[in-house]
Amino acid sequence: MREFMIIFKQAFVTKAKTKSFIVITAIMMASVFLFANLPTIIDSVKNVTKSDSENVLYVIDESSVIVDQLVTKFASNESEIIIKESKDSEEILTEQVKEGEINSFLMVAFDDENSIQATYKSMDLMEFNLPMMVEDVLQLIQTEMKADNLSLSGEELQTLFAPINFNQDSVSASAKSEEELNQARGLVYVLMFLIYFAVILYSTMIATEVATEKSSRVMEILISSVSPVKHMFAKVLGIGSLGLFQMLLFGVAGFIAIQTTSSDMAEGASSFLGFSDMKVTTIIYAVVFFLLGYFLYATLAALLGSLVSRTEDVQQAIMPIMILVIVAFMIAVTGLSNPDMAYVKYTSFIPFFAPLVMFLRVGMLDLPLWEPLLSIGIMLLTIFILGWFGARVYRGGVLMYGPSKSLKDIKKAIQLGKE
Amino acid sequence: MALIIENVTKRFGEVTAVDELTLSVDEGTMYGFLGANGAGKTTTFRMILGLLNADEGRITWNNKPIGYETSPEIGYLPEERGLYPKMKVEEQLIFLGRLRGMKKNDAKMSLKKWLERMEISHYANKKVEELSKGNQQKIQVIASLMHNPRLLILDEPFSGLDPVNVEMLKEAILEFRNDGATIVFSSHRMDHVEELCEQLSIIDHGKQIVSGTLRDVKRSFGKQNIRIHSDFDLSRLGNIAGVNSVVKSIEGAVYQVESESIADKLLNAALEMGPIRHFSIEEPSLQDIFIEKVGKKHA
Repeated sequence: MREFMIIFKQAFVTKAKTKSFIVITAIMMASVFLFANLPTIIDSVKNVTKSDSENVLYVIDESSVIVDQLVTKFASNESEIIIKESKDSEEILTEQVKEGEINSFLMVAFDDENSIQATYKSMDLMEFNLPMMVEDVLQLIQTEMKADNLSLSGEELQTLFAPINFNQDSVSASAKSEEELNQARGLVYVLMFLIYFAVILYSTMIATEVATEKSSRVMEILISSVSPVKHMFAKVLGIGSLGLFQMLLFGVAGFIAIQTTSSDMAEGASSFLGFSDMKVTTIIYAVVFFLLGYFLYATLAALLGSLVSRTEDVQQAIMPIMILVIVAFMIAVTGLSNPDMAYVKYTSFIPFFAPLVMFLRVGMLDLPLWEPLLSIGIMLLTIFILGWFGARVYRGGVLMYGPSKSLKDIKKAIQLGKE
Repeated sequence: MALIIENVTKRFGEVTAVDELTLSVDEGTMYGFLGANGAGKTTTFRMILGLLNADEGRITWNNKPIGYETSPEIGYLPEERGLYPKMKVEEQLIFLGRLRGMKKNDAKMSLKKWLERMEISHYANKKVEELSKGNQQKIQVIASLMHNPRLLILDEPFSGLDPVNVEMLKEAILEFRNDGATIVFSSHRMDHVEELCEQLSIIDHGKQIVSGTLRDVKRSFGKQNIRIHSDFDLSRLGNIAGVNSVVKSIEGAVYQVESESIADKLLNAALEMGPIRHFSIEEPSLQDIFIEKVGKKHA
């Protein structure tokens, strides 16, 4: 146990102290803050760069009815846009836009059917906000004018445009309501992504660590004082704790960012992600499936890492892991909109897909308790088998040098481990 | 009380890596292990360390099998560099020392002492990969000695060291021996083995072809070297029956002879040709024995 702790600590501390780890963690935390405060930042940047001329919209109005309406509407909207009627011709204003003296201008007129005809002119077509606003307001003006012609009252007009009440409901017992689903989807998606990334990141880290120890031959010294099995599990646990630690940091950063930011978007994002009424069970399941997924893949990574003797070969060796994770992720992502699908259900009981797929189902559906428990049981069993098998391969694998030929090597390693 | 290896055989599939190896090393003695590359030295060391199990035979140390319980008493210097390249020297040695059962403070004190002794104290906070090969080897040596082991397994300890450092290391190893440690080491350098080891084995393709004390090995070899210094051409003397080979030197020649009786004939023949300045009968060097025994098989 003493040696176990020494290796465990070494795996954790030395990695945590590396520059790359600190830098990556810091950058990730910073971007969480940045993302949460993005709208505020954009707004303040806009306020600094915006000049007065941008707030003025010049209008050429042949009827001179519409422009008055526009002025009152924009004024009542508490909008920053000021409407000014211009008596200049279209050519002069166009020239002014080209020279950058004014930002844009609007031409309005009535056509034969008494409908508003409007053209918005500016340098680039990529401007969206103002034209859309103007279009909305013009639409409103036209509606009111036409209603007036038909002698409709305001209330009558409103009943005309009242939205219908449309609901979608599922008869399946396990399904959550559409609203609940939408809320769960965001959170499940984020957590799924975290699990996916963590598995890839930390599995690669473990396989690389093991291969580095082999290629630097420090392994020979290590396993002459600690049994390979102990070494392997200490390594897996050490890196795993490091991963949890990093995730925790991100989580805390995200929580603080959302709490402290005043922007609407962060609120919107948190309600979209379902954080506002986050279910405790979903978080618990996320942690459980994160851990299980990690150990499942990490044990496999340690096994495969022990077979190669050069760090250059690690990527090739862990290819099977990558493929498994990516397939699992694909299934989960496609299942996000349809968690009831049969293939999603079946794959949620297959060990290597389960961490992502079963978590998806548990987060999105009201499953009977035995389903996630069965899946967890299957995963635990697989981890146990892999650990046992991995330890046997590892024992021999760490003593083998030379070019690796994957599957054949597993047999060779077990043979050597027995000897 | 010693390291005892009895009839140990190890096979990897069809290949017999170690064949019926038997030897014993007493406390306070040094055992030399000689063999060409791939002769089975490393496999033997791995079996002694318990990393591999012998197919047949037994290895015991102080009447017990060697395992992880005995790890604090064992020092192992692998043939190739076995250190974390990115880890700092001090951290690394503390880590390795603790794995051998040392307390953190003891490890610190011990590594400080050893770094000073090896004259590399100023590297304590450098990464291993920044050090020269020779200095890395010194760190490796410290890692195998710092916990004061009672059984030392040294695989090519002198490789990569300059003559000054070789002397430094020899001195340290001899200290351990005088302190009663049991030491097994392998080397390609016959002169080191000749100088340090009371007993030795030469193995070739897993078989022990020569073993015993240095004196016995030399005596049983029989052949001896005769050195003659003279001003005239001595190569003709090589034709005398019983002379195996002639190697010309600047001052004369060295003859390898079948037995001591040939020496008289050589001396008489040489005197007939003219005056000689030097005549001596020399024991065969380990180098000669090794080349003769191992080289012949390869030829």
